[in-house]
Amino acid sequence: MTPHQKLTALRTIVTKEILRFARIWIQTVLPPMITTALYFIIFGNLIGSQIGDMDGFRYMEFIIPGLIMMSVITNSYANVVSSFYGSKFQRHIEEMLISPVPNYIILIGFVAGGVTRGLIVGIAVTLVSLIFSPLSIFNLWVMLSMIVLTAILFALAGFINGAYARNFDDISIIPTFVLTPLTYLGGIFYSISMLPEFWQKASLANPILYMINAFRYGFLGITDISLLASYSISIGFILILYTFSIHLLRKGQGIKT
Amino acid sequence: MTAALAIRDLKKTYRNGHVALKGITLEVVEGDFFALLGPNGAGKSTTIGIVASLVNKSAGEVTIFGHDIETDLAAAKSCLGLVPQEFNFNQFEPVGEIVANQAGYYGIERREAFARAENYLRRLGLWEKRRGMARELSGGMKRRLMIARALVHEPRLLILDEPTAGVDIEIRRSMWDFLREINASGTTIILTTHYLEEAESLCRNIAIIDEGELIENTSTRRLLNTLHMETFILDIADPLEKLPELPGHSVRLVDECTIEADICRGEVVNDLFSQLSAQGIHIVSMRNKTNRLEQLFVRLLEGNGIEAC
Ligand SMILES: Nc1ncnc2c1ncn2[C@@H]1O[C@H](COP(=O)(O)OP(=O)(O)OP(=O)(O)O)[C@@H](O)[C@H]1O
Ligand SMILES: [Mg+2]
Repeated sequence: MTPHQKLTALRTIVTKEILRFARIWIQTVLPPMITTALYFIIFGNLIGSQIGDMDGFRYMEFIIPGLIMMSVITNSYANVVSSFYGSKFQRHIEEMLISPVPNYIILIGFVAGGVTRGLIVGIAVTLVSLIFSPLSIFNLWVMLSMIVLTAILFALAGFINGAYARNFDDISIIPTFVLTPLTYLGGIFYSISMLPEFWQKASLANPILYMINAFRYGFLGITDISLLASYSISIGFILILYTFSIHLLRKGQGIKT
Repeated sequence: MTAALAIRDLKKTYRNGHVALKGITLEVVEGDFFALLGPNGAGKSTTIGIVASLVNKSAGEVTIFGHDIETDLAAAKSCLGLVPQEFNFNQFEPVGEIVANQAGYYGIERREAFARAENYLRRLGLWEKRRGMARELSGGMKRRLMIARALVHEPRLLILDEPTAGVDIEIRRSMWDFLREINASGTTIILTTHYLEEAESLCRNIAIIDEGELIENTSTRRLLNTLHMETFILDIADPLEKLPELPGHSVRLVDECTIEADICRGEVVNDLFSQLSAQGIHIVSMRNKTNRLEQLFVRLLEGNGIEAC
């Protein structure tokens, strides 16, 4: 295939992926908006008003970046895991496998679909947050780059989950038992400086903590972690997961007999 | 001339230890209309899966128009269009998009992709359905959707794995015409089917596999020529109690209105009819008992070889 043909193939896959979740937006885009609105009302408004300041900011302002990031993580991941698993289950992944499109284009196509859904939901949730609190932006570039890196990372993770999944239970196990706990413990609702020494240390093993903190820095200019560590960790994870995904595609994990 | 498809000593053992192919060697020349026959579980779909790189082979070599699927996979894939045995499209995707997207995976620009999708959907009678979801199609329409999808990048080799399973007679005939047209315009076609009349009427060459082994590979005509005897069914006008002696003929009374006669190739049948007339038996109609290829097929699989007359 010529580079131009590869680009056409990529565009085809991305368009197809976007149309897939757009067609079912009531299941894909609307629920995270409602859930986060509830978080804003309950934690931000009702409870938050009793909590007082967190690192010098109103509690509502403090949790907004984390909640946006949580919805981006969940949706990038969910989009790729269900789309890729679905394409195995209904076997239409074979449409791509019999064509000359290279594996990396297939992977980038699925990931781009997940990133798009993550970002669309992220924007939607940000708009909902405007109802409760004005948006302050400290460093736009840190904010944008960190959310895009996070979306890519979790879209890749969703792809790997989809490759290994053998049934519909397998696509909800990781989100339920790994992703959600790590996100909640990743400092959405608190600064780790509030934790006892041991738990501060333990929290540092959670990659999501690094992303949420850097993202919050983009909004508020505060972080528990150095930006360098945040970028290294997210880029490092992306490279590892990308390489591993390509390896899975090449050996046909879950798709070839 | 390079073969459209060359398979050499192809073997496949599935992960569960099942040996599906025991070493198949086969060549299909460019422009051919080729039938791959065999009973359920013979290994037809496994062979096709390997050719389409959906199944990993255990040993052997496959080349498509000279492109080895191991060393030159992208080029090999570009030459191939596949209509699989099982439905494998997204049931929740609109029909038109399924076909156009397939073109996109081959690097065909969106506008051109939709133009081609329109052409094939129209020719296969699915244009009216293009906006509906694939799951809203009937079984026969789904098969035709997969044919349109397989052709949209204009492959030089088209492989169809039981394309007419569950398709009604009228549509089947029109699919045959369509496939003949595609073949006449230069596309090599390989097809599997359990309807042997289909293979007989469409295909110039036939290979039969059984239990992962090639047991026959020849031209349809030559294969049919090896059939020395055919059985005909004669319906008679007036009921008979018992069949009279008919010297020199192998005939049986099936029921009081039906006679079965074995007739050798090259045998003049006039004598049989005159003997029957002389006995006052009048034939009102006559037909072949089974499809000729079907008789052959059954015998080959039973391992009896071809019966002498
Ligand atoms: N994924 C698999 N794992 C294990 N065994 C398999 C697998 N797929 C097929 N087989 C076995 O391999 C053999 C050949 O199957 P194949 O699908 O190639 O047959 P076929 O000739 O296409 O039959 P049919 O006419 O029924 O479609 C069968 O015994 C089948 O059970
Ligand atoms: Mg089969």
